[in-house]
Amino acid sequence: MVQAEITARSISGTAGLAHVGISALDKDYRSPKGVVVNALRQIDLTIGRGEFVSVVGPSGCGKSTLLKCIAGIADVTGGRIDVDGKPVVEPPEGMAIVFQRDILLDWRNVIDNIMLPIEFHRLPRGPALARARDLLALIGLAGYESRQPWELSGGQRQRVAICRALIQDPALLLMDEPFGALDALTRDELNLELQRLWLQTRKTVLFITHSISEAVFLSDRVVVMAANPGRIVETIAIDLPRPRTLDARETPVFGRSTSRIRRLFEGMGFLKDSR
Amino acid sequence: MSHTRTVVLVLVGFFVFWEVAVWATSAPSFILPAPSAVALEIASDPVWYARHAAYTVGACLLGFFFALVLGVLAAIGIVYSRVLESTLYTLLVSLNSIPKIALAPLFIIWMGTNLSSKVAISMLIALFSIVIDTVLGLRSVDPDVLDMTKSMRARPLQVLWKIRFPSALPAMFAGMKVAISLALVGAIAGEFVASQVGLGYVILTAQGMFQIPRVFAAIVLLGILGTILFYLVGIAERILVPWHVSQRGGNVGAVHGA
Repeated sequence: MVQAEITARSISGTAGLAHVGISALDKDYRSPKGVVVNALRQIDLTIGRGEFVSVVGPSGCGKSTLLKCIAGIADVTGGRIDVDGKPVVEPPEGMAIVFQRDILLDWRNVIDNIMLPIEFHRLPRGPALARARDLLALIGLAGYESRQPWELSGGQRQRVAICRALIQDPALLLMDEPFGALDALTRDELNLELQRLWLQTRKTVLFITHSISEAVFLSDRVVVMAANPGRIVETIAIDLPRPRTLDARETPVFGRSTSRIRRLFEGMGFLKDSR
Repeated sequence: MSHTRTVVLVLVGFFVFWEVAVWATSAPSFILPAPSAVALEIASDPVWYARHAAYTVGACLLGFFFALVLGVLAAIGIVYSRVLESTLYTLLVSLNSIPKIALAPLFIIWMGTNLSSKVAISMLIALFSIVIDTVLGLRSVDPDVLDMTKSMRARPLQVLWKIRFPSALPAMFAGMKVAISLALVGAIAGEFVASQVGLGYVILTAQGMFQIPRVFAAIVLLGILGTILFYLVGIAERILVPWHVSQRGGNVGAVHGA
């Protein structure tokens, strides 16, 4: 029953209601030697409300730059980006980022790190504090409120960083290789938790990753990018029912999706077998 | 507190060695008085020594305080303003290559022989290390953290107060530890040029009258006071920056990782 509802919602979600619209986006930058580099060339991408979209690609394909452009923290050279139908000129409201590094502030304990955006926006502390505790409990860190960042493991730190991103209940969550620095086991664990969170809250998520299987496991659609210049090669819909378990990675559908993405990488000259 | 024990042992060992060396070589007291003779000299009129020490420490602390306030304000200006960076910072860096003690006589002429001229010299000498380390600290904020604050649409003042300032504190304390010792040097330099009170004055007049134990008494007192001041900055650092790697489980003033 839950399944039917989720499917219905994701269909209505993608129909018409574009949350993020990117058209003909170009991004150049000048290298220290003065050479103009095409970081992004003619990017077209639409992300529906409540959709989970991953971007995979080799290093230097501009996937992180794409995220920064959507977040309004990097200038674009050409084309346009709309979030909620409004052109992005500065960081849009209702958006939060989870970075690859947790970048927790060492001088603040767990709860005060999560409260940072609340302080920036001078919102009332009481309700936000209650929400921060709920988020910690939701992500399995109940009772860690007054711990210091350096007392936590890498996985725990990144969980706190996710809570910090979620404290203002953003409709759009941008995640820049958030689990890239974690060990495989912790990564699986956080993938499951992220899926659970997403199924509960149905935020729009743009997820940047190096890992093909992570992208396929989490996403409704996987966008494959190539480098020099950074461009979209193909977008692949992942037709797997949710909630997905780690066992879903052994299903034929999963295998077909990952091998299709791997083929694309091979076409770019990556992942070639040496035989 | 095994660190404290080490410090005490090293100091006691030093004085014992000094005492024994003087006895063994039977050096005359006008060349090198024994520590016991220096201690007797201080004990002969502790109130008199305390008055002079208080004056010197007062000049040093005031100079340090003004250097801290002015230095941090200047550093904030330099970090946030291109104009100040290319004018004030450039000027400060080139002025820093002048030995500031050479300016001491000028300050006596400008401000007279009273306390204010000593405070000014002390401040001037202490200022540079505070400015340079604070600028360094304010600038070396993780660029990812700045991206994050940008994405959270934080105001510049919030970024200064909640991000830049706390992350600059370890560097600022490194500067302050240098500055507190330099401030004492400045106070003594001012007293050497012209003064009727202070440990610098004690050294100068005792030297003129060949009262070498008195010179040594003032030097020993300066050593003790300088060490205490340095440790006080270390204690402040432990209270204000308990989160920094260098402070976790470490000791006051000790430079080692955790």
